[in-house]
Amino acid sequence: MIGWLLRRIGQAALVVLLMTLVVFIGLHAIGNPADILIGEDLNQQERLAAIARLGLDQPLWRQYLAFLDGALHGSLGRSFVYQEDAFHLILQRLPATLELAVAALLLALVIGVPLGLAAGMWPEHPLSRAAMAASIVGFSLPAFWVALMLIMVFSVHLGWLPASGRGATREWLGIAWSWLTLDGLQHLVLPAFNLALFKISLVMRLTRAGVREVLPQDFVRFARAKGLSPARVLWVHVLRNTLIPLVTVLGLELGSTIAYAVVTESIFAWPGAGKLILDSINSLDRPVVVAYLMVVVLIFVSLNLLVDLLYKLLDPRVRLEGAA
Amino acid sequence: MNHRQRPEDTAQALRWLQDFARSRLAVAGLLVLLGVLLLAITAPWVTPQNPYDLMQLDVLDARLPPGSPQGGGLYTYWLGTDGQGRDLYSAIVYGLRISLLVGLGSALIAACTGTLLGLVAAQAGGPIDALLMRLVDLLLSFPTILMALMILAYVGKGVGNVVLTLVLLEWAYYARTARGQALVESQRGYVDAARGLGLGRWRILIGHILPNCLPPLLVIAALQVARAITLEATLSFLGLGVPITEPSLGLLIANGYQYLLSNEYWISLFPGLALLITIVAINLVGDQLREVLNPRAQR
Repeated sequence: MIGWLLRRIGQAALVVLLMTLVVFIGLHAIGNPADILIGEDLNQQERLAAIARLGLDQPLWRQYLAFLDGALHGSLGRSFVYQEDAFHLILQRLPATLELAVAALLLALVIGVPLGLAAGMWPEHPLSRAAMAASIVGFSLPAFWVALMLIMVFSVHLGWLPASGRGATREWLGIAWSWLTLDGLQHLVLPAFNLALFKISLVMRLTRAGVREVLPQDFVRFARAKGLSPARVLWVHVLRNTLIPLVTVLGLELGSTIAYAVVTESIFAWPGAGKLILDSINSLDRPVVVAYLMVVVLIFVSLNLLVDLLYKLLDPRVRLEGAA
Repeated sequence: MNHRQRPEDTAQALRWLQDFARSRLAVAGLLVLLGVLLLAITAPWVTPQNPYDLMQLDVLDARLPPGSPQGGGLYTYWLGTDGQGRDLYSAIVYGLRISLLVGLGSALIAACTGTLLGLVAAQAGGPIDALLMRLVDLLLSFPTILMALMILAYVGKGVGNVVLTLVLLEWAYYARTARGQALVESQRGYVDAARGLGLGRWRILIGHILPNCLPPLLVIAALQVARAITLEATLSFLGLGVPITEPSLGLLIANGYQYLLSNEYWISLFPGLALLITIVAINLVGDQLREVLNPRAQR
């Protein structure tokens, strides 16, 4: 077990290292940042001084080593635009993104699980069929367009919910959160629902598949034969055995939800890391882009590791030796 | 390829067709899809104006609601006009062209390269196989949108670059499936028989194994086309996709965004509906294809 864990951590570290290389080289090939970041009114000497200050005069491998060294010390370079530590900048924006992503996943569970249970219990019922058809639409809906339609209906037309920003926030553990104030919650509803839409379909389908798989098994028939109420069989015996794979998948989905928040954040002007990265790509603010990617890669790799570990702990039948 | 048309093949194809037709929803999807394709192909003949020809646009006609008559009274803007005075219906049909071209084009290129690489990996084994599959793992373990943003930031905008980005992201799906399927198929008796006949490795791979790997790849291709179209629209919406002069559906929606708050809903609504209908149709067809071609997934 310890050996497996160490090997697994080693693999994860290798993936992270590989990604730093890919990201770094990829981003350094875009245009010449010196032309964009240094004003045109400078003379040649001032220009060279500015290039040296930004470290852009070093050979690429030197810049990469300096970057790796900085990464290990929790510093991924200074933002060209904000004149602030890029890593710090990301960390400042990350709570807003996490808040949005977690809210979206919770919404997906709350809406998707009951629908999936129903569709699994009564697959032939017209409502179940309608729900399954709706899930195809859910998979197909372009998220950014749905966001606009949500704004159109709920903000412009009905005027019920605000369409942009985080609203009022309250400090908790030294970080500002929106879900702690009513105004903030109202601001959270539309973006969270928008981000959740795809996941609702996913959760629903997974739950349905799980139920279909669990229902014919002996312990369910036994529970029924024992005279347990159908509700108890459903909520305790069926649901619990469906939830394990579901939670695993959702754990992995958190990473992709954070990534897809880029789109949602940019539409709802949600001041999270996704909006920052989009702005940074457009202004060629490389340190921020690199820092964001590194943070997301780290989150991803850690989530994968955690899920693998949980799987191993929960189900000894799962053999992970062959899996990468 | 020595693949003669045998009676069994025809019977199999008929059986697939029957299985497919069992879902009325899928048949409807297929019909809609064919309609959309037809519309996109015949665009210049079924639209009143060429939305990319600035001479045909009239700024005075900008942002007219659906059903307004055109300034010269030549035709009616059934779906309204956008901020540049484009007839939205024409713009949507032309936009569909770009969206479908990007979606189908990238899927085709990705399918060919991915399948080839997957087959090579299965055949070669050893370090080549390991390297290719680790690359596939790495690509598939990160969210598409993230990788797409990075690649586009790297190569720049434009239809060609969007296709390139989509191909770079999609080939991995085909490669993984093709490799897995080829490994399964190479255990089958007919491959042994072909070897016994003294056929070369590559001949067996392309002529015998590949045709038997096609059904699952076809399913992936169908679903990937839908994904590609959505992704292209998203990237264009974010301003990283196709150029402004030739708006795809995503860019049309993005252009309508600014007018949404003043209740001029149609500029974003209708292109989005067109996008949605296309993608739903493709997904319905793809879903049913999976049911038909993959007997294990029988409900």
